[in-house]
Amino acid sequence: MALMAEAIAARERAADPVLAIERVHKRFTVSGGEVEALRDVNLEIGRGEFLCLIGASGCGKSTLLRLIGGFEQPSEGRILMNGKEVRGPGSERGMVFQDYGLFPWLSVRRNIEFGPAARGLPRDLVRAAGERFIAMIGLARFADAYPHELSGGMKQRVSIARVLANDAAIVLMDEPFGALDAMTRERLQLELLTLWQGTRLTVLFVTHAIEEAILLADRIVVMSPNPGRIAEIVPVTLPRPRDVASPAFNALRRELALMLHGREAGAAQTAIG
Amino acid sequence: MGARAQMPPGPVAFVLPVLLLGLWWALTRNHPDGLIPQPGQIASEFVDLAGLAGNNDSFSGTLWLNLLASAERVYGGFLLSASLALPLGLLIGQLPLFRRMLDSTLQVLRPVPVTAWQPLFLILFGLGSHTALLLVTLGCFYPILLNTILGVRSVEPRLLEAAAMLGVSRSAMFPKVVLPSALPGIVTGLRLGLGFAWVVIVVGEISGVRTGLGAMITDAREVSRTDVVIAGMVTIGAIGFLSDRAVQLASRRVLRWSPRHGADG
Repeated sequence: MALMAEAIAARERAADPVLAIERVHKRFTVSGGEVEALRDVNLEIGRGEFLCLIGASGCGKSTLLRLIGGFEQPSEGRILMNGKEVRGPGSERGMVFQDYGLFPWLSVRRNIEFGPAARGLPRDLVRAAGERFIAMIGLARFADAYPHELSGGMKQRVSIARVLANDAAIVLMDEPFGALDAMTRERLQLELLTLWQGTRLTVLFVTHAIEEAILLADRIVVMSPNPGRIAEIVPVTLPRPRDVASPAFNALRRELALMLHGREAGAAQTAIG
Repeated sequence: MGARAQMPPGPVAFVLPVLLLGLWWALTRNHPDGLIPQPGQIASEFVDLAGLAGNNDSFSGTLWLNLLASAERVYGGFLLSASLALPLGLLIGQLPLFRRMLDSTLQVLRPVPVTAWQPLFLILFGLGSHTALLLVTLGCFYPILLNTILGVRSVEPRLLEAAAMLGVSRSAMFPKVVLPSALPGIVTGLRLGLGFAWVVIVVGEISGVRTGLGAMITDAREVSRTDVVIAGMVTIGAIGFLSDRAVQLASRRVLRWSPRHGADG
């Protein structure tokens, strides 16, 4: 029954798209020619959905995230956020970087308040947002510390709180836990799920770790390289909270590993041939 | 990583000065009237320069006036230099047009030492204290300018992206991200500039002025008062050191966030 309920909830989330990627191509000019980073990517992300992008390096997953973030423009096609075309970075699309991107000259509090303050919110609202999200990530004791005084896990918490405090409708996460040790990573994964379940947040999460994707996602978008494209979209219907040791989890892990590594092996064959 | 930097220098810092002083004393001990005066003679000359002994030679009690005159030119020149180099550095660092327009000119002028400018400055600005001040201005200019440019240009692109996605507009990027990012570079430039100012002041006061530590050293040399020359050197060293410490302490507050600067400046 739980399985059914989860599947239905996930389907409902997917049915109300907040972000639509339509026929997006991306080519980069490099010395010696042009590289096709993305070919004909089509994807809809539902409101409240947790979507993972997974693939080997060079499959264009980070490029896709940067296009959605507005840091780069598609060569062809378009990206719609709530029906409006994305033309540059914007506060409704919050980005969490693997290397945190915190402002080193600002305290934890000021980093979290940065977005609301930059957008010109009244001082008391800015303060309230700061207080609320400092509490949410459990860093009240470190509110006045500077980023260089924090551990990697703490920095990433601040970086997540920073986009949440700024009312981001969708959070784009580029391998956010990739630089953290295993224990911190697991804790942050669970914290992120708790946050997501408590807030109706939409999350687009890039990773290369299969287990992480299965643990977190409603749907897993499997990408393949040369040129970067969507190979498969795999819905994850396992009930939450998910048990990484369950047979169903393992079966899905095997299935995804085959998709990713089988394809890599295939690509290697072509390259040699 | 900051632990090493945060260690105060402690007693080991005094080992070398004490050794050098001892060596100096040992070498001059048996030559009370040699070309190089003894450490003790320098010390008593200091007392006389400060006006506390009654030697009544032409240098007695002149230390304070000379120190004040030099300090005025050093800080005047430094402030003038900073007020030119900082805005120029920010512009060149931030705007490619300014960079293309000014970079080559500045790079060609940069290797020309202050000593080479001095004759020209004397012709252009005449004998007098403003020539010394302007030479100081020139001496501080490049360290401040180049470090400011470097600071602005080394802003992490990631931080610009982070600010953009948080809603910072293009025009607000400079005050909100670029300027604070560049601050450590700017502070380094100011420190180096002030250090150079104390170097240049002696050159600036060699001719054309009657007061100042440089003038005092020049006068003393002409009458073979090596004790006064050395006392002047020690004064410049000490005052330059203290003025650097002051900048360092001030910058430590501003750069508390920077692991590289918060502790050791």
